[in-house]
Amino acid sequence: MRDAASALPLRVERLSYAAGGRTLLSAIDLSVPARGITVVLGPNGAGKSLLLRLCHGLLTPGEGAVRWAQPGGVVAGRKRHAMVFQKPVMLRRSARANVGHALRAAGLSRREAGRRADEALARFGLDALADRPARFLSGGEQQRLAIARAAALEPELMFLDEPTSQLDPGATRQIETMLAELSAGGVTLVMATHDLGQAQRLGQRALFLNRGRLLEDAPAADFFRKPATPEARAFLAGDLLW
Amino acid sequence: MNDIGAAFASAFWMIVVADPTFLEIVGLSLRVTLSAVAIAALIGLPLGAALAMARFPGRGALVVLVNALMGLPPVVAGLALFLVLSRSGPLGGLGWLYTPRAMIAAQAVLVLPIVVALTRQTVEDLWAEYREHLASLGQTGFSAIPTLLWDARFSLATALLAGFGRASAEVGAVLIVGGNIAGFTRTMTTAITLETSKGDLPLALGLGIVLLAVTLAINAAAFAASRIGLARAGGA
Repeated sequence: MRDAASALPLRVERLSYAAGGRTLLSAIDLSVPARGITVVLGPNGAGKSLLLRLCHGLLTPGEGAVRWAQPGGVVAGRKRHAMVFQKPVMLRRSARANVGHALRAAGLSRREAGRRADEALARFGLDALADRPARFLSGGEQQRLAIARAAALEPELMFLDEPTSQLDPGATRQIETMLAELSAGGVTLVMATHDLGQAQRLGQRALFLNRGRLLEDAPAADFFRKPATPEARAFLAGDLLW
Repeated sequence: MNDIGAAFASAFWMIVVADPTFLEIVGLSLRVTLSAVAIAALIGLPLGAALAMARFPGRGALVVLVNALMGLPPVVAGLALFLVLSRSGPLGGLGWLYTPRAMIAAQAVLVLPIVVALTRQTVEDLWAEYREHLASLGQTGFSAIPTLLWDARFSLATALLAGFGRASAEVGAVLIVGGNIAGFTRTMTTAITLETSKGDLPLALGLGIVLLAVTLAINAAAFAASRIGLARAGGA
């Protein structure tokens, strides 16, 4: 199914972003190769969500660039990266139609979209909810549906912006299982999270942002065992960073 | 009191015997108003959605203008259209004046601002919620309009009903451009006006009762449909 050409690696070069006269991200350099789970850590307002949105193309960089191996992260005319938001946006339709809509937007025929939607729901154990109005699902079910919806697009890379920050431990565990499964299936994940336990459970690589700067970029195990900067040490110890 | 009793009797009688003149008046009224609402919807829904999403200088003024046009007096709309459709007017060649077409056009002009204004408001709110997700799927700008209109469908049904209400209740515009010609351009409202001035109050009141009943039935049906749809689709 996957095209031979890949949109990865993703390279972020000297990326800066300012709004309202305030610099929110400055001179970020990083590269995301294919496969693996990268966790993006940092205190509130560090620029985690902003970085994901810029990479996904929802915002235009002030300076610097987001470069995919294929222009725009598009291979064979289709965008090869998807995004899951902190608060899932559920269309006023059934769960199946929510997935179907995303696939139709990606250019699939009605029939093919329907088939792939059913496939995606079944894959993540959501087939029992297929006909339920998406907005009547529980928070955990909605987020699982949002991830299934993104996964149905068969992206090479998926951005996740604190996908479990509003969920209880049970729902969080289900989401983590889904993400581990996606990763095992070859999808590259870049996830912002506030949950340090989750970052340790899932993360293979850690990016640490503070006040719009990328302070650390290291294998997750190293980062958690021996953070290199005083800011990261304070962050991991639960101190407030200013 | 006598008049009211006679009015109900007259309304009842017209319905029971299916008086052809009466049925013709009701039929024309419905045809004109429903056509006008359909035309206004066809133009107004996409236009309202586009206005919700577009950002250009003078947008605020345009929004205020459209909102204000919701209160356009029907006689003024009728007069304007009369000037356009009269023999020496720019569209005089169409020969629409004093025909049902002119009446449909006049009512469409009255309904359009309602549809545009209410669609603009509804879609703007929905877009704020959907924007990032749709952009993520590549639906930026106007390409998101079909998704937004579909997801706002139950709120928009109410907007169309408001338009229907305005069109079915108005008399000034259809009277001016239609001319209230018996058997050709006579609607319920123009007939009521005529019968009242002739002093046939029971017939006028009878028509009024029917007009109310039709409006009530259409609103009830739409309400039921949107209730059911809402429960299926998951909230407005």
